[in-house]
Amino acid sequence: MPMADAPLLQVDGIELAFGGIQALRDVSLTARRGAITAVIGPNGAGKTSLFNAVSGFYKPQRGRVVFEDRDITRANASRRAALGLARTFQNVALFRGMTVLDNIKLGGHTRLHANPLTAMWYLGAAHREEMALRREIERDVIDLLEIDHVRNLPVAALSYGLQKRVELARALAMRPKLLMLDEPVAGMNREETEDMARFILDIQEERGITVLLIEHDMGLVMDIANHVVVLNFGQVIGQGTPAEVRANPEVVRAYLGSAAAAAVPA
Amino acid sequence: MSGNPFDWIALAEYSAIGLLSGGLLALIALGFVLIYKGTGVINFAMGEFMMLGAYFFYTTNVMWRLPTLLALVATLAAVALVAALIERTVLRPLAGQPVISVLMATIGLASALHGGVDAVWGGANLEMPALLPRKPFTVGEILVPGQVVWSFVLAATIITAFTLYFRFSKTGVAMRAAASDPITAYVLGIDVRRTQALTWIFAGMVGAVAGIVVASMTSLSPALGGAALGVLAVIILGGLDSIAGAIVAGLIVGLIESLTAGYLGGKVRDIVPYVTVLVILLVRPYGLFGTRQIERL
Repeated sequence: MPMADAPLLQVDGIELAFGGIQALRDVSLTARRGAITAVIGPNGAGKTSLFNAVSGFYKPQRGRVVFEDRDITRANASRRAALGLARTFQNVALFRGMTVLDNIKLGGHTRLHANPLTAMWYLGAAHREEMALRREIERDVIDLLEIDHVRNLPVAALSYGLQKRVELARALAMRPKLLMLDEPVAGMNREETEDMARFILDIQEERGITVLLIEHDMGLVMDIANHVVVLNFGQVIGQGTPAEVRANPEVVRAYLGSAAAAAVPA
Repeated sequence: MSGNPFDWIALAEYSAIGLLSGGLLALIALGFVLIYKGTGVINFAMGEFMMLGAYFFYTTNVMWRLPTLLALVATLAAVALVAALIERTVLRPLAGQPVISVLMATIGLASALHGGVDAVWGGANLEMPALLPRKPFTVGEILVPGQVVWSFVLAATIITAFTLYFRFSKTGVAMRAAASDPITAYVLGIDVRRTQALTWIFAGMVGAVAGIVVASMTSLSPALGGAALGVLAVIILGGLDSIAGAIVAGLIVGLIESLTAGYLGGKVRDIVPYVTVLVILLVRPYGLFGTRQIERL
């Protein structure tokens, strides 16, 4: 098997429990390099728990998270960020007192080298570094996501759809290898959803960034995902291409109930 | 006002002195705001940072006879070290505990530092060298002591520097981010523990500077730490999470203190900040500039 086909992210037999509640049971999945992998499932299926285990908020009791052949199961979240994992949140998690540009710049923050003292003077090397970051963000993030008209506004002044886009921009500014999106179009209208779908495809196709996303909007998932993983009650109940998953009777049962599943021709 | 002309000059003088000495109060308030904004903790040991700073400075400058500037640098380094140590050993293990536990911990910390200083340096009044020029300033017939003016200039400079630092520097922006949403900051790769430690270090150094200046204008004794308590009242008045609020509240209390001391005598002056705060909190429970907690249903 050639290296290029080795998955970027491999989740291997993860078990996660909170007291008596088993959030994830023996969950395994892979995110292929350069592909869009979607995790779907009813509410409470464990999708966000899975994301939190991958991004480092929860430490699973059993199983491994492997990123680029490196076991990161025990690494903390900021270490994982440095390795190339970036994520967005279900609820918009922007720094509300700051402008759009400041929020996005914070994504590139860890890549700057200035320390508290050199940065204090805002001169010389620290200043040059800052300017380079800013140019890079203008070119690679702001233009791509079409948010140049709002860059100096406080984020609180933006519409919900634009805030989600800024959050995506901030994640992109981290120059991630793996971009994890937790319900990127939740609460968006049709037009905003279509824009977001286009941006995610651009990110995948132009930047070659691997995407792992959680989404309830089946239309979006079926349109853009290369691979779909279905969770229910903390377990993987099916996976495959969008077409395969749609035809999987167990998946249909999880979503629509057993009566509807019986109506689906086998 | 017939027959007994009102002394406008005295009023102007009291006001000027009050506003200018409010600068130092605002600086102490900045220490409280830094820690509250950065880590969500009300640090009751702020006065003890002032005290530590003043005693370290006394030790290096008066006892060891180091030149003033060197003594100042050594003092700030020592206080920074103590603050970082406190953050690491007392505050960090308490992360996630109820607010009241953390509050009690800082009160305990205050007692411990207070007792420690008493044990090491004794409770006697020590003479500090005057650091700021004493030459008074006169504007027309109004006369203001030089130390008061220069302490204001110093406080204003430090507060401005911090404001710029938080607005423009990489670390400052990261500290704001970590303060406003630690979880998200963490995901972005910001080392939240480090920014919180840095917050304590900054607050400790601000407190130390304030303590040194206050001690150099009056005298040095373990009672110096108590000065911060009135300032805590100031800061609740300004809203615990607002630097602007700290500044304005510092000036207001400085003004009121000076006016009451001038017209009603020094005894009354000590209760003025508390009475003012009581009245203002009755009207605006979230402080003058603080963020009002809004519950959305």
